[in-house]
Amino acid sequence: MRVTFTVNGREQVADDVWEGESLLFVLRERLGLLGAKNACEQGECGSCTVYLDGLPVCACLVAAGQAQGRRVRTVEGLAGADGLAPVQRAFAECGAVQCGFCTPGLLVQADDLITRVPEPSDAEIREALAGNLCRCTGYEKILDAVRRAAELKAARR
Amino acid sequence: MDFLRPESWEEALAARAERPDALPIQGGTDVMVELNFDLRRPAALLDLGAVRELAGWETLPDGTVRVGAGVSYARLITGLGDRLPGLAQAARTVGSPQIRNRGTVGGNLGAASPAGDAHPPLLAAGAVYEVESAARGVRLVPAAEFYAGVKRNALGPDELIRAFRQAPAAGPQYFSKIGPRNAMVIAVCSFALALFPAERRVGTGLGSAAPTPRRAYEAEEFLAAEADWDADLDDAVAGRFAELVSAAASPIDDVRGTAEYRRHALGVLARRTLTWAWNDHRKGAGACA
Ligand SMILES: Cc1cc2nc3c(=O)[nH]c(=O)nc-3n(C[C@H](O)[C@H](O)[C@H](O)COP(=O)(O)OP(=O)(O)OC[C@H]3O[C@@H](n4cnc5c(N)ncnc54)[C@H](O)[C@@H]3O)c2cc1C
Ligand code: FES
Ligand code: FES
Repeated sequence: MRVTFTVNGREQVADDVWEGESLLFVLRERLGLLGAKNACEQGECGSCTVYLDGLPVCACLVAAGQAQGRRVRTVEGLAGADGLAPVQRAFAECGAVQCGFCTPGLLVQADDLITRVPEPSDAEIREALAGNLCRCTGYEKILDAVRRAAELKAARR
Repeated sequence: MDFLRPESWEEALAARAERPDALPIQGGTDVMVELNFDLRRPAALLDLGAVRELAGWETLPDGTVRVGAGVSYARLITGLGDRLPGLAQAARTVGSPQIRNRGTVGGNLGAASPAGDAHPPLLAAGAVYEVESAARGVRLVPAAEFYAGVKRNALGPDELIRAFRQAPAAGPQYFSKIGPRNAMVIAVCSFALALFPAERRVGTGLGSAAPTPRRAYEAEEFLAAEADWDADLDDAVAGRFAELVSAAASPIDDVRGTAEYRRHALGVLARRTLTWAWNDHRKGAGACA
């Protein structure tokens, strides 16, 4: 089947989509957007997190056809005309990236948090990131980065 | 595989009747795992995501809240937490934010897992499920009659879940769940409680404690008969209530815990939630006096 939807502000058409495949598969294998990662395919790791109509979701658990006519924003769409997004700069600055596999999902999830909650508490950060696994960093630097990202975002306002 | 995309409830019911081989999909957080892992290969997917009628809620003339099967946990928490506090607490423990943005109570009922977190608070509050088919119309199924076996429910092959109906909380409600961390946990066991102080009655719901979610009827009857609603909670009454909740379970040993642990933990959860609820009840009573 054909699926037409908006990705990072541009209309995209994916053809020959198998009805049972996931949005993650369409993004990576049909549209060549390799930012969202495929690790568990069961919603456990968060590395495939993308925005769907403005809400972060696991792209591996959205059926391709469910994206028809909707808006998707991936990690590739976070940076704007004014350069990297606050979350991206903060993650780099704070050493929150090691192997980087978990990073795209964490960036989208953290971006959503600081957009909704400009000054998140540590408890709010932990709850927001509870569905994103990282095997490398031990999370401390990620928490630092989210706090820093909130500051950077506030400074831009 | 076919992908069916009804845009109204009427179309959805027609598609369901025409294609009994189609698997309904709402948030996909159960269905997609099965597809990704090749555990299931339905002839068609019946996507309910575009059916507007399922996506909202309303208050019926008698005050009951009618919540569409497609309302996500995230929306339920922010929009209905004041009226359905027990269910909202359970919703907050489901998976992760990403899962709560997609997963729905309708999907939880469709999957009918004994570990599903929506079931205990719905049982405790005495919720009623609204199911419908094109041929036979609407059926209202009380929560306690819906669960037919492990991952089986009372839904006919041509029926879909339209909504659940529940009166706004008439008293304190609590949900509590055992698991190794505060997120991403399939309940080792869980317990929900709803007090109805005006009726001098309590509702209960047990999760991951038997082949289906279930109520602890004897515990409910005991408390209704023995508790002094105008006094602080009596220790012996709370203890006996906990024992009866524990005795209502028929748990199994599995990777998440032993039957013995589950029975013990249910007693602890029962006593704990009853204490919280009773304290609220007494505070509320004091404030009115
Ligand atoms: C990482 C992860 C963590 C999870 N954590 C939890 C947890 O903590 N607690 C918990 O309870 N669950 C958990 N789940 C399971 C799942 O998220 C829930 O069961 C959720 O409520 C399913 O809702 P859904 O809309 O995504 O259902 P779907 O996957 O779309 O559907 C589930 C089932 O219901 C049927 N169905 C859906 N809608 C209807 C309808 N309107 N009428 C008839 N049948 C219908 C489908 O055919 C399917 O059989 C988790 C899942 C994942 C992947
Ligand atoms: S790949 Fe989607 S959550 Fe792990
Ligand atoms: S940086 Fe390697 S998994 Fe997080």
